[in-house]
Amino acid sequence: MLGLFQLEGKNALVTGAARGIGKGIAEGLAAAGAAVTLVDLNQKQSSEAASAIKKSGGNAVGAALDVRDLDAMGAFVEDNAPFDILVNNAGVNRMRDVLDFAPTDYDAIFDINARAAFFLSQHVARKLIDCGSGGSIINISSQMGQVGGARRALYCGSKHAIEGFTKAMAIELGPHKIRVNTICPTFIETELAKQFLDDPDFRADVERRICLGRIGNTDDIAAAAVYLASPASSLVTGAAIKVDGGWTAE
Amino acid sequence: MSDFSLDDFRLDARSALVTGAGRGIGLAVAKGLAAAGAKVTLAARTCDEVKAAAKDIQHQGGDADFIDLDVLDHDAVCKFINGAPVFDILVNNAGTNRPAPFLEVEPEDYDAIFNLNVRSAFFVAQAVASRLVALNKGGSIINMSSQMGHVGAARRSVYCGSKHAMEGWSKAMAIELGPHNIRVNTVCPTFIETPMTKPFFEDEGFRNDVLSRIHLGRIGQMKDVVGAVVYLASAASSLVTGSALKVDGGWTAD
Repeated sequence: MLGLFQLEGKNALVTGAARGIGKGIAEGLAAAGAAVTLVDLNQKQSSEAASAIKKSGGNAVGAALDVRDLDAMGAFVEDNAPFDILVNNAGVNRMRDVLDFAPTDYDAIFDINARAAFFLSQHVARKLIDCGSGGSIINISSQMGQVGGARRALYCGSKHAIEGFTKAMAIELGPHKIRVNTICPTFIETELAKQFLDDPDFRADVERRICLGRIGNTDDIAAAAVYLASPASSLVTGAAIKVDGGWTAE
Repeated sequence: MSDFSLDDFRLDARSALVTGAGRGIGLAVAKGLAAAGAKVTLAARTCDEVKAAAKDIQHQGGDADFIDLDVLDHDAVCKFINGAPVFDILVNNAGTNRPAPFLEVEPEDYDAIFNLNVRSAFFVAQAVASRLVALNKGGSIINMSSQMGHVGAARRSVYCGSKHAMEGWSKAMAIELGPHNIRVNTVCPTFIETPMTKPFFEDEGFRNDVLSRIHLGRIGQMKDVVGAVVYLASAASSLVTGSALKVDGGWTAD
């Protein structure tokens, strides 16, 4: 039965993989048997994360790349064996009141969250089609791809954009057996989220809205990614897996 | 390093109830849960089928039991669930369909579909959740919805209504049962090849139409649903509640 969830012989690319959710996903995919390439802006952290996976018996390599550099990403995909699994995880957030956002904020958020993910998916899918093999593209969206959130207008916009192009890609890439899905996490305990979650009022509000009563951890997201990467989900495409403890059910 | 391992998908020491388990998707799900380590109780009105299926699972080294149960009979459902060891996992799978043009639907068709797909499923979930809450145990309730819980389709007005209803109360249950660590989710399959649907697919026009809408280009297989159910039943999905897992090859993305 567990064979359905195994990723032996699969080649995976994870962006934003040096820390937090991306690192957790890379570790999860490796634990399920995939060979994982960890891409991050930070060279030192991406090779450290890859080394940690290797030490625990996994197959991993780190690469320092800026996902916003579409040509560099395209060349990287071209130079490597086809990635059967792509996890578009790199993302940013800037929180402001809606009236205070500047065009530079818009560009910073949309360039990584939407534009970089879109074109990396394009590069990976093109190579898969050329090689005649199927694959699984997993876009890390957010519960904010389903609902709105105060001081998060641009983040919500960028994540809704991911939800939209994911469905369209699923339709076009389906005949090539390339599946495209999103994972929509609620707040997850990471270094990045620590800045908000250290505020006791904010934390209490988040815990109240997550009906299961706990903040998420990176393993929750890794498990969803393994499911979506594996043969267990081979008929799942154009779907959004919400890992939000019930936040968006309300 | 992360604590995740493939064993997070295992269901050892978990007890599961599957309704409509005599054949088709329910039977495949029961076998899948048993293969993942759960002790499975197969419920159906077709006693001979679940008895044979339970025996089959046991022969393959799984742990299975069966019960002759009509989920339309509320008293029988409560009596059985209150008398049985607690179920950590419920797969509310019993369901029916009577495809017909909207203008020709009779109240009797409406009642047959809603009584089984909505009313029975609601109260089976309530009975299982009541036990879990009383014993202060968490659990996972998986409601077998459909892609028709998200979109409409010709000749399926009542079925679509019933599955949309299930989507609605699943979210509400998730909110109320979350504090008790009981998760409630739906699985939304597209057309799946089962003994029941096989005759539909012998009609080439219907088959081609379905295949043109499933972008992955194949009719669903029962194992596609099994993968989703095992994920939702297991600790791998322990933060997932109030969600709908679509297993539709992209049908509803269009």
